Amino acid sequence: MTIGLIHYLSVAAILFTIGVLGIFVNRKNIIVILMSIELILLAVNINLVAFSAYLHDVVGQIFAMFVLTVAAAEAAVGLAILVTFFRNRGDIAVDDASVMKG
Amino acid sequence: MTMNFQDALVLARPEVFLAGATLFLLVYGAFRGEKGMSEVSIGASLALFTAAAFAAIGPDGAAFSGGFIANSATRFAKVAVYLISPVAILLGDRWLGRVDNKRFEFPILILLAAIGMGMMVSAGDLISLYIGIELQSLALYVLAAFRRDDAKASEAGLKYFVLGALSSGLLLYGASLIYGFAGSTHFDVIAQSIQHGTTGTGVLFGLVFLMCGLAFKVSAAPFHMWTPDVYEGAPTPIVAFFAAAPKLAAMVLFARVLSEAFGSAIDQWRQIIVITAFLSVAIGAFGGLAQSNIKRLLGYSSIANIGYALIGLSAGTAEGMQAVLVFMVLYMIDVTGFFACLGALSRDGKSMESLSDFAGLARLRPGLALVLTALSFSVMGLPPFSGFWAKLFVFKAAIASGQWILAAVVLLGSVVAAFYYLRLIKTMWFDPAPGQTDTPPVEAKGVAFAAALFCFPLVLPAMAWLEPMARTAAVSFGLK
Repeated sequence: MTIGLIHYLSVAAILFTIGVLGIFVNRKNIIVILMSIELILLAVNINLVAFSAYLHDVVGQIFAMFVLTVAAAEAAVGLAILVTFFRNRGDIAVDDASVMKG
Repeated sequence: MTMNFQDALVLARPEVFLAGATLFLLVYGAFRGEKGMSEVSIGASLALFTAAAFAAIGPDGAAFSGGFIANSATRFAKVAVYLISPVAILLGDRWLGRVDNKRFEFPILILLAAIGMGMMVSAGDLISLYIGIELQSLALYVLAAFRRDDAKASEAGLKYFVLGALSSGLLLYGASLIYGFAGSTHFDVIAQSIQHGTTGTGVLFGLVFLMCGLAFKVSAAPFHMWTPDVYEGAPTPIVAFFAAAPKLAAMVLFARVLSEAFGSAIDQWRQIIVITAFLSVAIGAFGGLAQSNIKRLLGYSSIANIGYALIGLSAGTAEGMQAVLVFMVLYMIDVTGFFACLGALSRDGKSMESLSDFAGLARLRPGLALVLTALSFSVMGLPPFSGFWAKLFVFKAAIASGQWILAAVVLLGSVVAAFYYLRLIKTMWFDPAPGQTDTPPVEAKGVAFAAALFCFPLVLPAMAWLEPMARTAAVSFGLK
């Protein structure tokens, strides 16, 4: 069996779904949410690189580089906000993030 | 299409200049420390005014192989964004000083967000679209959590970050599918391959994801859940910024993607926009009824107002785009005035946020009560205030494109939402006051009065000038 575009797209779709579910189903820890976000971006990168190889077009790989860079910046900002949250609460459970409801 | 590097830099002059100014001010602020905040704020405001001037006189064209566009629409949006951002710097600089949280990073973050917005409105390619959105969003996440010692602000920042990152993920997944099935990230090439019918449903699948991501950024229902929480938790002058410029930039980007890349798939995206617009108006109007926190209430109000703007977009005509632009600019001024009032009012050093705090305001602070009343009438859509003209344009565009049901939704939504504005007015003018309020700070009061003066009577001469400009801008989206 040769591995073609459709296989890569399937893996990416599965990773993407796991990532999205990880954000909504997870009730424990905000770090897990950050990991889920990384998983989503990873799925996108697999998509981009697979399409890039399939189309013989380098733009997809350039796009993937940009996504990687921005993902790093995003993780840094996310963790920084998480630290301020932890300092105020002393906990990072998802259920705790509910001072404001309505 | 091909353009040498120098011409490309001239085209991107407002953003290149802003980026240089930001880096300079960042280093300057780092050397001066806390004392330098006001100087950095002044520098940042001047840089934004200069960028607005550059944007206003800049040439048209497409640079960086089509990734960066400059035309009458980008000019319109950039001037609006770069002129409203210094207002947020002015409000925030003094406000943060009063709550003992003076840090020079505040104007820097506003500048970075403004560059991101400039990139967003100029995006001609999925990559520059993504970079613009992320530059703006990352700055906004940090701004939401700017008061590190405040539990509410850090929770608001965290919620905004998590949901914002999720929406960026959805948007990117959509972008990757569009790239794969249309074979390019350029808007014009995507448009061509859709027209030739070689793309299949893969592109439409991607478009849906992309639209979900963008709907989140403009806080349209059903992706609105972050809005009330972030509006309530984040510092008031920063919400004044959130509610104004980023919404306009995201709306222009939304319009550009749909009209330039997916202009021939209008029948497909129009359905989605119609449903989102309908849901936004309904959730914004009904969700606001139960709120007692004014900032939360304004969050719901902004959801409803984005719904009205989306109705203009769903018309899919140049007239509709004009309605979107006029609506967003007029709404931006109203909402800035609203939050300036909230920033101006406090009692015993604590900001007044719940509806009951506003009881009897007309006797304590008649000027600000009058301003809030005028702005409420305007957002409600009562003639002759600016909100009426904004809604009139949307209404006309919806009727002209034969969308009678949506036009009726505008009216019904306004009627339901009128309840919570009228309740605020009644509380201010007819309820007994619980106690004195603090002296309102000059700058917040000034901005509030200026916004009220604009919403009536200055809007009447301004419309004569705004309307043809928005029309020229709308034509450049390439719709009939």
